[in-house]
Amino acid sequence: MRILGLAGRRLAASIPTLILILIGMFLLLQFAPGDTVDAMMAQMGGGDAATAKDLRKFYGLDVSIPAQLGNYLWRLVRLDLGFSSIYGKPVASVIIERLPPTILLMTASLSFAFFFGLLFGVIAARGVNRWPDTLISTLGLVFYATPSFWFGLMAIVVFSVYLQWLPPGGFEDIGTVQTGIWRVLGIASHLVLPTLTLGLIFLAIYLRIMRASMLEVLNLDYVRTARAKGLDETRVVTRHVLRNALLPMVTLIGLQAGTMLGGSVVVESVFSLPGLGRLAYESVVQRDLNTLLGIVFVSALLVITVNFVVDLIYARLDPRITAGG
Amino acid sequence: MDAVRRYFRSPAAVAGLVLLIIVIGMAVSAGWLYPRDPLALAGRPLIWPFSNPRFLLGTDNSGRDIAAQIFYGARISLLIGGVATVIAILIGVLVGAFSGYYGGWVDTVLMRITEAFQTLPNFVLLLVLVAVFGSTLTTVTIAVGVVSWPAPARLTRAEFMSLRNREFVQAGRTLGMKDIQLMLGEILPNALPPVIVYASVVMAVAILLESALAFLRLSDPNVASWGNLIGLGRDVLRVQWYVSAIPGIAILVTVLAVSLVGQGLNDALNPRLKGR
Repeated sequence: MRILGLAGRRLAASIPTLILILIGMFLLLQFAPGDTVDAMMAQMGGGDAATAKDLRKFYGLDVSIPAQLGNYLWRLVRLDLGFSSIYGKPVASVIIERLPPTILLMTASLSFAFFFGLLFGVIAARGVNRWPDTLISTLGLVFYATPSFWFGLMAIVVFSVYLQWLPPGGFEDIGTVQTGIWRVLGIASHLVLPTLTLGLIFLAIYLRIMRASMLEVLNLDYVRTARAKGLDETRVVTRHVLRNALLPMVTLIGLQAGTMLGGSVVVESVFSLPGLGRLAYESVVQRDLNTLLGIVFVSALLVITVNFVVDLIYARLDPRITAGG
Repeated sequence: MDAVRRYFRSPAAVAGLVLLIIVIGMAVSAGWLYPRDPLALAGRPLIWPFSNPRFLLGTDNSGRDIAAQIFYGARISLLIGGVATVIAILIGVLVGAFSGYYGGWVDTVLMRITEAFQTLPNFVLLLVLVAVFGSTLTTVTIAVGVVSWPAPARLTRAEFMSLRNREFVQAGRTLGMKDIQLMLGEILPNALPPVIVYASVVMAVAILLESALAFLRLSDPNVASWGNLIGLGRDVLRVQWYVSAIPGIAILVTVLAVSLVGQGLNDALNPRLKGR
């Protein structure tokens, strides 16, 4: 209960941040050349000034900017994200349609990066300055420097074009109707390459942090005590070191949530996944500012949610937080 | 001098420096080796690398020399990476200095803004900025700088907070020095080294951000940039994969060089933290 209260307070503290982001974005988009009505008129193939005026009135664009901002925030409170003129339906439903692939992709990449980052970090720390450590650390540096979209393209060349093991893009096969387990497997096979591509840079970051934090914890007194009482090295690591060494990794998930969402814009474009990131890209290209604003709102919400979950995990791993708080 | 000796004792740091010098050398010699416009038509399209001595790295889909684009691309990457880093560090130091020195409501307000920037995915913000202000070389560089300042700001703030009540600052205060003199003349020189080292991380990320933007064709299309070339090569990926592969290696090498130099500097300046 105490944990929830603490994390809840952090959550409440992020509401001003969210409002700040929304106001900032709204004002920023006022500088954009052309508004929604201009974009619609262009889509319709032009129209007279009277129609434009009517449309502006219909979308509430004829009042002053502070009034528009007020209306916008009031609509957001009621979870109304406005109307997308490009997709011809409410922004909220456009975004909800695109959310599942992104959430799947992010969860899969995060799990992949976290698990292997942990594993490699532990292996590197156990053999510090010997060849496994050198190999893993070097690979980590190279992965960190690899542009994700380029890695994705090269993976397509190798695994889809030459070996033909995995599909080069898309979320599922449209040609055949699949149900049940086959559909799940189909989607999974489409997500293997995107997951690796998005996860690679985070794998590099996690393994570096894990290695450093393992090295730090391994030198603490209580680890020496554990060794002195005759525990073998594996048990020292799994029972005593890991839990404390995990703390920086968990913090990092929260810090990297935004970066990961940004990375999925590029990865979804490479693999033509119909997700939130690709929607962000499309709405920039098509100047669909309402949708763009909606995506900004939803991605900020996602980042705040991830941080809330991270707070809960953190408190569970480190009881001192709740005891002292 | 100790730091210099420590730097050159690390093979990784030396390798990074050599790679960085090579990339800078490419940027400098581009105009001299390839006097023609790198985006001009040079020969038949899609010549494979090493098959024609005139085009060592082959040509792209529209018959432009890939090697020339790689050399000129080094200029663009270093230019955008460098200038964006300077912008990010300047904003970050300014925000962090005021926040850390004054504390109180100044700190609260500035940190709320920093938090807002950190909550928003930086690539999404970059997309919005490019959508609003267009994608010329100048706007893209400024936009990359504007999305990269929060981390240096937090670093500077932490340094200023730990330094603001040290004896030498208090001595300056009793001498009647103004706040701005204390911040610039006394605290800043002591707070700067870790921030400068961190600049290498900012620069590595800035180069990656710009190349991703260029790959999505949202960066300046009128300059020879590595990301542009990768995006172009995507159309012929199935057979002529080298068009995308070559510039990707150039980005990888550059970012690797910058990170290695940064890590080497960090280890050389903070020898006690080595290996972290």
